[in-house]
Amino acid sequence: MANITLTVNGKSVSASVDSRTLLVSFLRDHLRLTGTHVGCDTSQCGACVVHVDGRAVKSCTMLAVQADGSSVVTIEGLASAGGDLHPMQAAFREHHGLQCGFCTPGMIMTAVDMVNRKGSALDEATIRHELEGNICRCTGYHNIVKAVEAGAAAMAGGAQKVAAE
Amino acid sequence: MYAFSYVSPKTVRQAASALAKAEDGKFLAGGQTLLPTMKQRLAAPSTLIDLAKVDGLSGIELKGRALVIGAMTRHADVAASAVVQQAIPALASLAAGIGDPAVRHRGTIGGSIANNDPAADYPSAALALGATIVTNKRKIPAEEFFKGLFETALEDGEIIVKVSFPIPSKAAYAKFRNPASRYALAGVFVAKRGSDVRVAVTGAGSNGVFRATVLEDALKKRFSPKSLEGVTLPATGLNGDIHASPEYRANLIVVMAKRAVTAAVGK
Ligand SMILES: Cc1cc2nc3c(=O)[nH]c(=O)nc-3n(C[C@H](O)[C@H](O)[C@H](O)COP(=O)(O)OP(=O)(O)OC[C@H]3O[C@@H](n4cnc5c(N)ncnc54)[C@H](O)[C@@H]3O)c2cc1C
Ligand code: FES
Ligand code: FES
Repeated sequence: MANITLTVNGKSVSASVDSRTLLVSFLRDHLRLTGTHVGCDTSQCGACVVHVDGRAVKSCTMLAVQADGSSVVTIEGLASAGGDLHPMQAAFREHHGLQCGFCTPGMIMTAVDMVNRKGSALDEATIRHELEGNICRCTGYHNIVKAVEAGAAAMAGGAQKVAAE
Repeated sequence: MYAFSYVSPKTVRQAASALAKAEDGKFLAGGQTLLPTMKQRLAAPSTLIDLAKVDGLSGIELKGRALVIGAMTRHADVAASAVVQQAIPALASLAAGIGDPAVRHRGTIGGSIANNDPAADYPSAALALGATIVTNKRKIPAEEFFKGLFETALEDGEIIVKVSFPIPSKAAYAKFRNPASRYALAGVFVAKRGSDVRVAVTGAGSNGVFRATVLEDALKKRFSPKSLEGVTLPATGLNGDIHASPEYRANLIVVMAKRAVTAAVGK
C-alpha cells in the first residue's frame, strides 16, 4: 500500500492505495467520481480522459501513485459551483454531440485540453486529428466535431476559464 | 494487473540500485506501453521503479552540432519544442504523429527507444540520424543499440539518460499509419548529413527497425525523389500480417521514402 495526496477538482484528497490501483479506479471506486468511464482494455478509446496537471491523459493508463502530488480535473470538475455547465459541455448538449453519452466525458475533457493547447479558433481538420484517441460508437463524430468547434468559440467568448489545473 | 511494489527514486543512482535490489524490477517511464502490457498480464514485474521524479532526465538542449533530448521528455514536449522544430523539424513532426494527444502527454522518448517496438517511430529517427544513446553506464551508437524485436543493447539495470541526435542538413519522416493502432505499417526516416545518406525503416521489418541500403545507395547519387524511380526492395525479411503482405510493405517503403525525400528537399 502507498499513501498518496493529490488535488481532485480543487479539493485535497489523501488515501492509502494499492500500487496497482489505476487512476481511473481510484477516481471511480474510491472517490465515487463515476463520470470518468472505462471503455476498453487497450488504452485506445479515450473514455477515461482526465486532466493531470493541466494535460489530458488516459486515466486507465496511469497509476494512482503516479498522480501523487498532482492536480487532477475530471468531468465533474468542469461545471461551475453554481451548476452552470462549462461552455464545452453546453455545446455538446446544444449540438447533439452525444447519443448514448458513454464517450462524452472523455470527448469533453479532450476538447477542453485541445482548446488550451491550440486556441479557440479550431478548424474541422484539426479537431478530427486531435480526437484520434477518442472513440465513439454512436454518433459518427459529425456532431461531436460541430460541438467542439462551437464550444471552443464559446470558451473564447469570456465564458468561465478552463479548469485545467 | 498482478501486484507489485512501487518506488519513486530521486536520482539515477538510486533508481539503478532499486532495480538491482528488486527480484524482477522494471523502470516505469510514461507507462504507455508498460501499463497496458501489465494490464493484459503479459508482464508481471515485482517492482516498478518510477523514473518520473529522477533528477536530470528530461529536457531539450542544443550541444554543439547535436540536439540532446532527456530520456523522460514527453512526446508532446518534443513536438512543441521550438528548439527541436528549428534544429530537426522532422523529429518534432515525428513526435507529433505518435499515437494521440493523451498518449503524447505521457509517453517518453527513452521509453520508446528502450522498448524498441518494431512499429515504433523513434527508433527510425535514432538510426537514420546516427544518434547516440547515453545511459548511466556508457554511450551506445544507435547502430549497435537496436537488436531485433523488442531487443536492445541495454543490460539489466541500465538506464537511458538521454539521446543525442547529430543535426542533419536535410531530414524528413513519412509514416503510413495503421488507422486502428496508429503505429506505423511502414515508416521511413531519411537523413542527409554531408555526403552521408541514411534511410531507416520501421513497422515493416520482421526483425524491427533497419536501414534500407538499396535506397541509401540510390539517394547518395542524388538526393532527390527521382533517384528512387524504379528502385525496388525485396520482400524477404519484411513483415506479413492481416494488414499488409511483405510485398505490399516492400512497395510501401519505397513510396514512403519518396514522400520523405520530397519533404526533406522541400525545406
Ligand atoms: C494508444 C496508443 C498508441 C500508440 N501509438 C504509438 C505510435 O504511433 N508510435 C509509437 O512509436 N508509439 C506509440 N505508442 C507507444 C508510446 O509511444 C509509448 O509511450 C512508448 O512506446 C513507451 O514509452 P513510455 O515512456 O510510455 O514507456 P513505458 O511504457 O513506461 O516503458 C516501456 C519500456 O521501456 C523501459 N524504459 C522506459 N524508460 C527507460 C529508460 N529511461 N531507461 C531504460 N529503460 C526504460 C521500461 O522499463 C519498459 O520496459 C502508443 C501507445 C498507445 C497506448
Ligand atoms: S478506458 Fe482508457 S483508453 Fe479506453
Ligand atoms: S455517444 Fe455513444 S459512444 Fe459516443
